[in-house]
Amino acid sequence: MFKNLMSWIEYRLPFTDKMNLHVMQYPAPKNFNFWYFFGSLAMLVLVNQIVTGIWLTMNYEPSAEGAFASIEYIMRDVEYGWLLRYMHSTGASAFFVVVYLHMLRGMMYGSYQKPRELLWIFGMLIFLVLMAEAFMGYMLPWGQMSFWGAQVIISIFGVIPFIGDDLTLWIRGDYVISGATLNRFFALHVIALPLVLVILVFLHIMALHEVGSNNPDGIEIKRDNDGTVEQTDADKKFTFHQYFTRGGKKIIVDAIPFHPYYTVKDLVGVAGFLLVFAFVIFFVPEGGGFFLEPPNFEIANPMKTPDHIAPVWYFTPFYAILRAIPDPLLGAIAMFAAIIALALLPWIDRGKVRSVRYRCELHRWNLVMFCISFVVLGVLGVLPATPTYALLSQIFSFTYFAFFGLLWLYSKNEKTKPLPVRLT
Amino acid sequence: MSNAPVDHGRRRFLTIATSVVGGVGAIGAAVPFIASWNPSERAKQAGAAVSADISKLEDGQLIRVEWRGRPVWIVKRTEEMLAQLADTENRLRDPGSEEPQQPGYAQNRHRSIKPEIFVAVGICTHLGCSPTYLPSDFAAQVEGIRSGFFCPCHGSRFDMAGRVFQNVPAPSNLVIPPYMFIDDNTVLIGEDEGAV
Amino acid sequence: MMKKLLSAVALLASSLAMAAGPSIPLDKAPIDLHDKASLQNGAKLFQNYCLGCHQMQYQRYSRTFRDLGIPEDIGMENLMFTGEKVGDHITNSMPADYAANSFGVLPPDLTNVARVRGADWLYTYLRTFYVDDSRPFGVNNKVFPLVGMPHVLQELQGVPYQAYETRLVDGESKEVYVGIRTDGSGELSPEEYDRAVADLVNYMVYTGEPSKLESHSLGIKVLIFLLIFFVLAYLLKKEYWKDVH
Repeated sequence: MFKNLMSWIEYRLPFTDKMNLHVMQYPAPKNFNFWYFFGSLAMLVLVNQIVTGIWLTMNYEPSAEGAFASIEYIMRDVEYGWLLRYMHSTGASAFFVVVYLHMLRGMMYGSYQKPRELLWIFGMLIFLVLMAEAFMGYMLPWGQMSFWGAQVIISIFGVIPFIGDDLTLWIRGDYVISGATLNRFFALHVIALPLVLVILVFLHIMALHEVGSNNPDGIEIKRDNDGTVEQTDADKKFTFHQYFTRGGKKIIVDAIPFHPYYTVKDLVGVAGFLLVFAFVIFFVPEGGGFFLEPPNFEIANPMKTPDHIAPVWYFTPFYAILRAIPDPLLGAIAMFAAIIALALLPWIDRGKVRSVRYRCELHRWNLVMFCISFVVLGVLGVLPATPTYALLSQIFSFTYFAFFGLLWLYSKNEKTKPLPVRLT
Repeated sequence: MSNAPVDHGRRRFLTIATSVVGGVGAIGAAVPFIASWNPSERAKQAGAAVSADISKLEDGQLIRVEWRGRPVWIVKRTEEMLAQLADTENRLRDPGSEEPQQPGYAQNRHRSIKPEIFVAVGICTHLGCSPTYLPSDFAAQVEGIRSGFFCPCHGSRFDMAGRVFQNVPAPSNLVIPPYMFIDDNTVLIGEDEGAV
Repeated sequence: MMKKLLSAVALLASSLAMAAGPSIPLDKAPIDLHDKASLQNGAKLFQNYCLGCHQMQYQRYSRTFRDLGIPEDIGMENLMFTGEKVGDHITNSMPADYAANSFGVLPPDLTNVARVRGADWLYTYLRTFYVDDSRPFGVNNKVFPLVGMPHVLQELQGVPYQAYETRLVDGESKEVYVGIRTDGSGELSPEEYDRAVADLVNYMVYTGEPSKLESHSLGIKVLIFLLIFFVLAYLLKKEYWKDVH
């Protein structure tokens, strides 16, 4: 009976076939390491944000007059409201931790290189939308930092020549950040951007499954069926969906089906992540003042500017670059260039070898310099703009961009190590 | 790759064990979401019991108190009103208050804790209008009965214990809310001492 | 241990982030949210000394009574002065414009002040008022210079003044500020006053996050559960991956 029902559905919507294609018979490289947890963790955090977000919307009041009080209502009067709130706020920061590590994996193993350029582009679009989503979400509590942070960031658009002032007026919907701004950000944050995000994540995974996952060695698991590579006993144990063998043109080596091996491994990743996540939620939800910033426990006051306005920690590397350049317009351009440079990595990197494991020593140090620059810029973005810090911001902005410049230079004729034939 | 044979028993056990623990976790994770739908502190405070001072209540007087958004009547019934409760019974739909429209302590002829103090939700059980109190003009509605409640919307009639007459649109007696006497002068509406 | 490590790292980072800090280092506030006696005393002090001008508009009386173990009737008798219902929020009836005119600014709501300023700031602030005739209310403050608030706790502390000592600084003889001293006219001794302020700050830390203790107790259970789940998931993974390795 059940089988009949399943085949009735299958004929009309090939659910089982798609499940095999994408999960049970999907070939994944067998050498995924720690860095490969962060994709599935990003999905977990996305689900967390959506579900806790929906629940928060049940009690949140999207008006300048009621927003702050409604957050207090959720924290104090709604049963477990405090937990839902902390899950959402911690999730926002967790999202960026996970996404930055996920991107770093891509940089280390050359996952942006052909044929995965579009995969990388979708990822960068997700990153951009995520930043917008987080920025708008941060405004919703209508605290001092919500208001003044929004004030500063939106006024950045004012530096655009000719249209700048009209543009900021249009974004704000008012002469100053007000309920008009809050209401539209609420709509965008709650439904518009989440929809876009979900669609982009779907496309991201579709693009991934089309070309297959990269791996820490950077060599392909789908090889031409021309006798250069032989399948081992280990390879022959598994059946993969026929789509991937391209009608016999390709053979698959050193791969394992995503289910059960990576479902079960990702479960461990999830458990480990949840341990850290739960610790923060239940014991240090303010994150030392970085996840929930102290000024935001005070209601927005247009008449009183906080001592120190800074964006939330996950924006600070780019904020530091913005501030490093004294001219506002050039600073803004630099900030956007920092993100665009990342997006253009597939073309800036002219190398043919993907993984840092087999690339030249310089590439390893270049990556290290990039990571240090990113972190130091992040710290500088939180600090006030004293002359010393301003100089440091300029130096590390330079090293940040130098990563891309150097990479472009040495990748053309790079001295790489010989690639292994099989996955290690 | 391990050359030892697959221990299916161990695999099944671990899978089941992890699934069960995971399932428990999922249920645990669901708790805050479900619980957050319970009435919040604000709802509970707004719906909290209301106390009414009846020290100045005169014979035959009706006062109105709001509880959970509804009007609650407190009436000081006269001897005459209480005596007339027996006269109406053959014309009532539910003279014995069989239907569960009242707490146990109000399932009596006078439908109240103390005979002389009548506490009822002043909403007609037909379609929700608030009936008019007629302390001395009720005979025009029901022959021979001096006092009662008459609903102007569709003509339902209730006696001085809130019991509904036959042949009117309303199907049941007026609802008696939970209530109790804090002392002789104070009625607390919304709470009682427990099921009686 | 992990919590200490994490908060030490966070503290280091956040202290780096401190831009315009107070002019004196902050004393550590002895906070203990488990100390109900302290919280109750703090609640009493707040109602008697602060409620005149400040509100706690997000905290309900009933929540304070329940969390601090105060029976409702006793709480209503001793801590509620103007006939509110027990479920009402802790507000006063000072009109906003009157406040703005008298103090130059509306006295801020204090429900979350401990989360905005920090417990140490509040603890030091309330203990470093000092006599200053140039100010409208005759007092100034070491932590919040030129503050518009009068020293409402003066009857407890006594009249406070800045104490100086002659010390050698870089080879020169200088008058160095060494702390606040009082003239002894206060109801409480300096130690008792510090304790009273600690109780008040303790209460404000509580009102900033009434769910904190519940969060900690639930958190322990969640972490233990997750640890068990992690071990099981790991064993499961190891078992299946025998096929691969």
